[in-house]
Amino acid sequence: MKSSVIVFPGSNCDRDVAVALEKFQIKNQMVWHDEFFLPKSDLVVLPGGFSYGDYLRTGCIASKSKIIGEVIEHGKKGGLILGICNGFQILTETGLLPGTLLRNKKLKFLSKNIFLKVINTDNNFCLNYKKKNIIKLPIAHNEGNYFGNNDLIKNLEDNNLIAFKYCNSKGKIEKESNPNGSSNNIAGILNKRKNILGMMPHPERLIDPLLSGEDGSMLFTSLLGS
Amino acid sequence: MKISVTVTLKKDVLDPQGKVVKQTLKNMGHKNIEDVRQGKYFEIELNENDKKNAERIIEDISKKLLTNAIIEDYTISYK
Repeated sequence: MKSSVIVFPGSNCDRDVAVALEKFQIKNQMVWHDEFFLPKSDLVVLPGGFSYGDYLRTGCIASKSKIIGEVIEHGKKGGLILGICNGFQILTETGLLPGTLLRNKKLKFLSKNIFLKVINTDNNFCLNYKKKNIIKLPIAHNEGNYFGNNDLIKNLEDNNLIAFKYCNSKGKIEKESNPNGSSNNIAGILNKRKNILGMMPHPERLIDPLLSGEDGSMLFTSLLGS
Repeated sequence: MKISVTVTLKKDVLDPQGKVVKQTLKNMGHKNIEDVRQGKYFEIELNENDKKNAERIIEDISKKLLTNAIIEDYTISYK
C-alpha cells in the first residue's frame, strides 16, 4: 500500500503520521502543498497542525492550496483519505466531508487523552476495532467542536456515518465525556462512500507501548487489510 | 473601488467569544448590554470601475473564501 502525506506550512503532525505509516509497512511519500501533482497513492493523509497559521478559519487556506485539486479528485474516485485534527478541518472546508468544526465550547485548547467509542467498524479505517471498540487516544485542538444543522446530524446518525464518539472509560456516550461541545459527541465522521475519514483525535500518537498505548495502531493495520 | 465585507455568525451558531465579551462588559458595569456577537470585517480594494462586475466578484469571493456558509452570513457595503 502506498500513501502520501500532504505537508502544509504549519503542519506539525506530518512526521508523526509518516512514522506510523512506515511502522505498518505502508510506503509513504511526503508531498508539499505547492505541488500540482499527487504521486500514485492508495491513501492520502492530511495531517494535524495549524496549516497557514489557522488564518481566516481553520483549514480554510489549505483547502484552496495547489495540491488540493488532486486530493479532491483522488477522493471522488474512491481513493482513501484520512484527515486527522487539522486534516479533518481541511476536509470540511473542501466540502469532502459535511459540517464544520467550531471553537471548543469552553474556549480552551485541549491536550489530553480521551475515550472513544468506535461506532462504525464497517469501513477501511476501523475494521480492526471490531475486537476492541472502546479506545483511548489523545486530542490536541482548539477547534474540535463538530457542528452541523439538525438534518445533517440526523443524516449522519441514520446512515451510520459517525466513526467515533467521545465516551467515558466504560463506553457510555454522555455529556460529561464530551470535551469540546461537539454535536452528539461526534469525534470523527465518514463520507457516504466511506473512503474518507475525518477525526479530531490523533491515532498516530498511540502506536507503541513506549508512547503509553497502542490503540491508534488498529487504524493503520485496518488500512493494510483494505 | 473600496468595498467592505462584514462576516457574522448565523443566529443559531453558538458564539462563546461573544458570550465572554458580553460577560466582561457586564462585569465592567455595563448593566444594559443585552447580547454581543463577534464577527470579522474585511476591507477590499478592487481595481474595477463597473459596479455590476464588482458586485459579481465580491459575491463570489464572499461565498468561496471569506465565509463558511454553514455557520456564517455576510453583508457587503460599497463606498
